[in-house]
Amino acid sequence: MTSRRAVWAAAALPLLFIGYFFLYPLARILWLGISELQVADLLGERRIARVAWFTLWQAAASTGLTLLVAAPLTWAVSRFEFPGRRLAQALVIVPFVLPTVVVGTAFAALGWRDSVGAILAAHVFYNVAVVVRTVGGMWARLDRKVEEAAAMLGASPWRVFRTVTFPILRPAVIAAASIVFLFTFTSFGTVLILGGFRYSTVEVEIYRQAVTLFDLPMAAALSIGQMIAVTALLTLYARRQERTASPLVLAPETSTRRHPEGRTAVAVAVSVVASLVALAIPPSVLVARAAADGGFRRLFVDEPVLGRPIEAVPTSFSFAIVATVIAVVVGICAAYVISRRGSRLSQWFDVVLMLPLGTSAVTIGFGFLIALDWPIDLRATVALVPLAHALVAVPFVVRATVPLMRSIHPSVREAAAMLGASPARVFRYIDLPIVARAALVGAGFAFVVSLGEFGATAFIARPNTVTIPVMIFRLLGRPGLGNFAAAMALATVLGAITAAAIMVMDRFRSTDLGTF
Amino acid sequence: MRKGRLSSILAAIVALIAAACGGDSADTTGAEATAPPGGTLRIISHDSFAGGVTEETFTAFVEETGFSVEVVPAGDAGGAVNQAILTKDNPVADVLFGVDNTFLSRALGEDIFVPYESPALDRVDPRLIVDAEMRVTPIDYGDVCLNYDIAWFEENELEPPSTLDDLVAPEYGGLLVVEDPAASSPGLAFLLATIDRYGSDWPGYWESLVANGVAVVNDWDTAYYSNFTRYGGDDPIVVSYASSPPAEVMFAEEPLDAAPTAVVTDGCFRQIEFAGILAGTENETAAGQLIDFMLSPEFQEQIPTTWFVFPANVDVDLPEVFAENTVIPEDPIAMDPAEIEQNRETWLDQWRDIVTP
Repeated sequence: MTSRRAVWAAAALPLLFIGYFFLYPLARILWLGISELQVADLLGERRIARVAWFTLWQAAASTGLTLLVAAPLTWAVSRFEFPGRRLAQALVIVPFVLPTVVVGTAFAALGWRDSVGAILAAHVFYNVAVVVRTVGGMWARLDRKVEEAAAMLGASPWRVFRTVTFPILRPAVIAAASIVFLFTFTSFGTVLILGGFRYSTVEVEIYRQAVTLFDLPMAAALSIGQMIAVTALLTLYARRQERTASPLVLAPETSTRRHPEGRTAVAVAVSVVASLVALAIPPSVLVARAAADGGFRRLFVDEPVLGRPIEAVPTSFSFAIVATVIAVVVGICAAYVISRRGSRLSQWFDVVLMLPLGTSAVTIGFGFLIALDWPIDLRATVALVPLAHALVAVPFVVRATVPLMRSIHPSVREAAAMLGASPARVFRYIDLPIVARAALVGAGFAFVVSLGEFGATAFIARPNTVTIPVMIFRLLGRPGLGNFAAAMALATVLGAITAAAIMVMDRFRSTDLGTF
Repeated sequence: MRKGRLSSILAAIVALIAAACGGDSADTTGAEATAPPGGTLRIISHDSFAGGVTEETFTAFVEETGFSVEVVPAGDAGGAVNQAILTKDNPVADVLFGVDNTFLSRALGEDIFVPYESPALDRVDPRLIVDAEMRVTPIDYGDVCLNYDIAWFEENELEPPSTLDDLVAPEYGGLLVVEDPAASSPGLAFLLATIDRYGSDWPGYWESLVANGVAVVNDWDTAYYSNFTRYGGDDPIVVSYASSPPAEVMFAEEPLDAAPTAVVTDGCFRQIEFAGILAGTENETAAGQLIDFMLSPEFQEQIPTTWFVFPANVDVDLPEVFAENTVIPEDPIAMDPAEIEQNRETWLDQWRDIVTP
């Protein structure tokens, strides 16, 4: 009984957060659109069906490709210790936070544009990090003894992977796949830039209907359609994940990583080098274009209108720190609720918290505008920026935390409770040490997501607070090759800061391993 | 114990949000702190206007009226109009700036403005005044024109195009890049220019453009910085602005004597940007004064070099770099805003069907 009350108490904060900053604005804007919807308008729209089909199959293809491409690197960095591993792990996340406009420019400079191939390649480029981090996080802590036991009993390496390793990793793989699918299903900037006008996702179509044509009923209908699809998908995943998650024996990462030898060493080296080289191509184009026209120097020079571009860095940092703290606190509370099996709450909580990732930015932005003037008018304040960033970051914290929380064997909790520990005390001594580590992974994600966030905030009024992506966007909008070079240079800086932030975060994780 | 933990978490969140709000006021009140207490006027506008505003932009206005000015960026021009319409029951700003003739009809149809007739209007080029009821006031204008790379045409010993008709001629095959009109404001302007020029034959003109190898890209950045030969692309003709050649000179890495690009004066589409007082403002008088200020020479002189458009006030001369490197088309194409709003969706759908293979 007290345990159930504890779950509800922990649920209160995420519920309030998601309710006020997401569900309420969403309901307001959708109602506004739907109340004027003529069903007849929806029929006769043949292109909508075309758009929906393209959205679905490109997302499925992107997800499959991303899992395949990411697999060797994930294996190498989570199971082995080698010089530069930490750097590799940090570098892989850089693509994930580069603004789409910058990546689009890089791919376009490579001559990849206006094709499905370019869209899929960019989606893989963006999302490899999700797989490496999410699956790798679990794999790195999988006790080698389990696999060794199987091998000892005569199982081939493939059989060990298929029957022991993969089933244990499956929740993390599903979690990663669901995030990648969600991102590519709702892909906006990438498709807009690389698909030209020929390929359009539902998300792009919502933007077109809402902003270009101001057809709110149509935009609302499409938004609802997209959300139904996303919800169905997430519910399916949540169910599956719950069924397959098995408590397991986790070990500290230092004990599971080996120094590769012989043929394994070659395989590790090939995996890492090939993956990193492929991922490095688009960013190298950026650096080259930045350097060619003095972009790095220009970061420190007063642009007559925009000021010194480098000044966007401290602004972004302060937003990112606030957003990360909010996201981690809300996310941990939510993960605690979700990881309790059997609780009715947990069944749909996960889905609701993921929904912001599957909702079009323009829909949320319009919702904020008509809803968030009560009880205090937040619409034109800067507070909205970190809050919107946190909304996008919470699912990352949850995704990073839940698999580990679920893997705590219930009997350990029960034993503690039996010995008289209060639920809070159980949380403090059993859950928290494990959760802390997962939370750091989540925090790392939240931090870099906030640093690179552009889409959601593009619709939020933000008086004169120019974050790095906004500055990049504005530099691109200014005439002159020098400003273009400065934009590329600032994108390079964003990538470098991201890599550095992740490395710091990773170091953090391993230094407090001793307490585990 | 449990309650204590949760309430402390809640308290932390509240403190954080409060800190964020506090940080906000510390950041944005830089101008207000020094201003006499009059209140704050908010202008909702597109990002490119917001990006150009500095502390000095409104100094004279702030000193005169005691009102400080804050710009609320709202995406592109269409985004700013949509936001103003969505919030008309409780406006986020006092003034909307940046609604252009392609979106004007949408804004006027939603009754979001209070009419205002500025005393400074007598100095405004009368051709720019579109709304007879004076719900919006023209502040600046810009022309979307074809630009070409002078050096490329010299090297290839080809005459640069001089009319829209030239673009479908075989010798100009594969040389033109345009922007998607559904996603880009210059792209839409170019489409409207062709519709105005060719009337009901415009789909035929576009079919010829497609047959002649026109490249269509998503936005101006891509067209100009990726496809245009000046920046290493393959297309020496690009849909851009009349102000692009002087911008080339102003932002050149190495000083230039003359612009490396030039404007085709035929088939230019004129975009006029308007400001209007939003209904529901509590500062109507000050908002009117702000519009007066935006028409004054102090403000109008900043327009060309900051936003690369041209001042509406006829008393204000263009800076030298503009005067030397561009031409303002004598007879640009302008279309009735109501006609644009009425047909936008149909035209965009038709256009998409033509260019999609």
